[in-house]
Amino acid sequence: MDSMTESAPAPVGAAEEAPPSADVPAIALEGVAKTFRTGREEVAAVARTDLEIAQGEFFSLLGPSGCGKTTTMRMVAGFEDPTEGTVRLKGADVTRVAPDRRDVNMVFQSYALFPHMTVFDNIAFGLRRKGVPRDEVRRRVGEMLELVELSGRGRTKPGRMSGGQQQRVALARALVNRPSALLLDEPLGALDLKLRQAMQIELKRIQRDVGITFVYVTHDQGEALTMSDRIAVMNKGAVEQLGPPREIYERPASRFVAGFIGTSNLLSGTVSDASGGLAAFPAGEEGTVRAATGAAVGETVEITVRPEKIALHTARPDGAGTRSRVPGTVSEVVYLGSATHYTVAVDTGAQGGTELTVYTQNSAGTDDGPARGDRVWLEWGPEHSYVLPA
Amino acid sequence: MTATSAMSAPTAPARRARRRIDWGKYVTWAVIVWLLSPIAFMIVFSFNDIKGRHNVAWQGFTLHWYRDAFAYPDLTQALVNSLLIAVLTMAAAGVLGGLLGLALGRYTFRGQGATDLVMFSAISAPEVVMGAGLLSMFLTMNIATGFWTIVISHVMFSVSFVAITVRARVLALDPSLEEAARDLGASAWTTFRLVTLPMLAPALMAGGLIAFVLSIDDYIITTFVSGNTTTFPLWIWGTTRVGTPPQVNVMGTLIFAVGVLLAVVNAVMARRRG
Repeated sequence: MDSMTESAPAPVGAAEEAPPSADVPAIALEGVAKTFRTGREEVAAVARTDLEIAQGEFFSLLGPSGCGKTTTMRMVAGFEDPTEGTVRLKGADVTRVAPDRRDVNMVFQSYALFPHMTVFDNIAFGLRRKGVPRDEVRRRVGEMLELVELSGRGRTKPGRMSGGQQQRVALARALVNRPSALLLDEPLGALDLKLRQAMQIELKRIQRDVGITFVYVTHDQGEALTMSDRIAVMNKGAVEQLGPPREIYERPASRFVAGFIGTSNLLSGTVSDASGGLAAFPAGEEGTVRAATGAAVGETVEITVRPEKIALHTARPDGAGTRSRVPGTVSEVVYLGSATHYTVAVDTGAQGGTELTVYTQNSAGTDDGPARGDRVWLEWGPEHSYVLPA
Repeated sequence: MTATSAMSAPTAPARRARRRIDWGKYVTWAVIVWLLSPIAFMIVFSFNDIKGRHNVAWQGFTLHWYRDAFAYPDLTQALVNSLLIAVLTMAAAGVLGGLLGLALGRYTFRGQGATDLVMFSAISAPEVVMGAGLLSMFLTMNIATGFWTIVISHVMFSVSFVAITVRARVLALDPSLEEAARDLGASAWTTFRLVTLPMLAPALMAGGLIAFVLSIDDYIITTFVSGNTTTFPLWIWGTTRVGTPPQVNVMGTLIFAVGVLLAVVNAVMARRRG
């Protein structure tokens, strides 16, 4: 298509410019904010945000649509100008640098493959813009095709490929440039569930192989938990929590995070008994919730408990113990083969009823378990009652 | 045009129930025959071995008129004029209409509504009115009518068709395509050259062909602004009262053949682009 090589100056933030050092974050956002103006109204898409993404990290921006995650990524790529703040790539200020001069590459949600070019020309596009010699272009594109398992498909037009294949071409087209960071905007959104799960593992493998920083935008918490080293959970233009997947899941920093990551079972009450770092509050007339917290008697606490931490009993468990015990009525049973999901209506007294979700593994045998309408007892350890920050 | 309509004609269902008349097929063929018969007549009568001045009744087959296709220097000149004007119109309307369509499809700007209005009024205004208007404009501005005023007028009425065709294509384009090119290190101009322009090529081609066809075909507006220049349609109209020579059919046939060829080339290229 275009054999002419145009040599461009080295992009800002390229490895040659700043010597790679593990201390310098691959991407740094310093007080970055973005406001959109629609008519007379100003809408804050991203509130003042500070983020540091380390080199070689798989970092996810997770949140519902409209939370500002895509805008944040587009500011890193250079498609949106921040209203305030500084964007740094490997330490270099790129806030006012055009996208074609930034050493990051993006995988678009729609893939944005050039339909009039072959797969080979698509992948070679970035290299040719940099004036990479013809032989090296051929070699590196070949390597990329191999990496994404599309060897021999170089002459195909993208329109003749399946969604999964196009996805991999888009990935190869970005990765072949060896950017200091790869930005992925919901890249698996258009794929069906099976393919999406396969691609999640594939993406993680590729990221490990090439060792490039990945910034992954998604609204799918499962995707983020599966692949990420760290996750930033965003809501209404701000980062609500930043941490590794386990921490985000086990110790959500807010109601929003608890609800957005997996199913959250929320219970709240006034502490009626506190001793030895253990606080208890009643749930209904017979139930007691216990949490490992230093809260004093009379304080109101809200806890969340993950569905898989709860044990389901058909009769009241024996002994006093330090575990939470709450009775309820099964209102829904969803059999999933390897597991069963129960929804249990719990009487929490003063605040009226609430529903808790319980996941049980079907490892015991052929027992049918409780049915809809059965009275059951829920039980979990105090360490699994995670107290939400007030 | 013809090639396209024939290709998009609905195909008969693979299996037909016995004794059921497939009306769809007959209607389709009737429409095709109805559309093509005037052209068929023109082609057939280019081979008519006429003795007098009037080419109306079939008098036998001859290739005489093809050998003497350029026997009338005036007619030849008129055809050359028409082709030149059409090519110039196609080029100018292609560039202007392409840019206009790109701007209208891609950006929001002050005066967008007004531009739309002007464009559609150029399409919908009666040709007699436009022709008269153009003539009085040229006279007022003291511009001598002739070859170039024909070109200007033709560009004026065909630019909207190109713009509308291109705009439709621009609106259908994924904006991330251009972002992807920028992201991969292409400058704004390189992005236009390597991504935007190739993506718009089919629309530009279609729009350009429309401009060409409108130009080579135009009679009414051209009469007003032609001055002493004669185009193919003007020459033919001039001879109708005294008898149109078969050379007109010959040239009409050739023009039609070129048109079909261009349409086929366009279709083939569109298919190859996938």
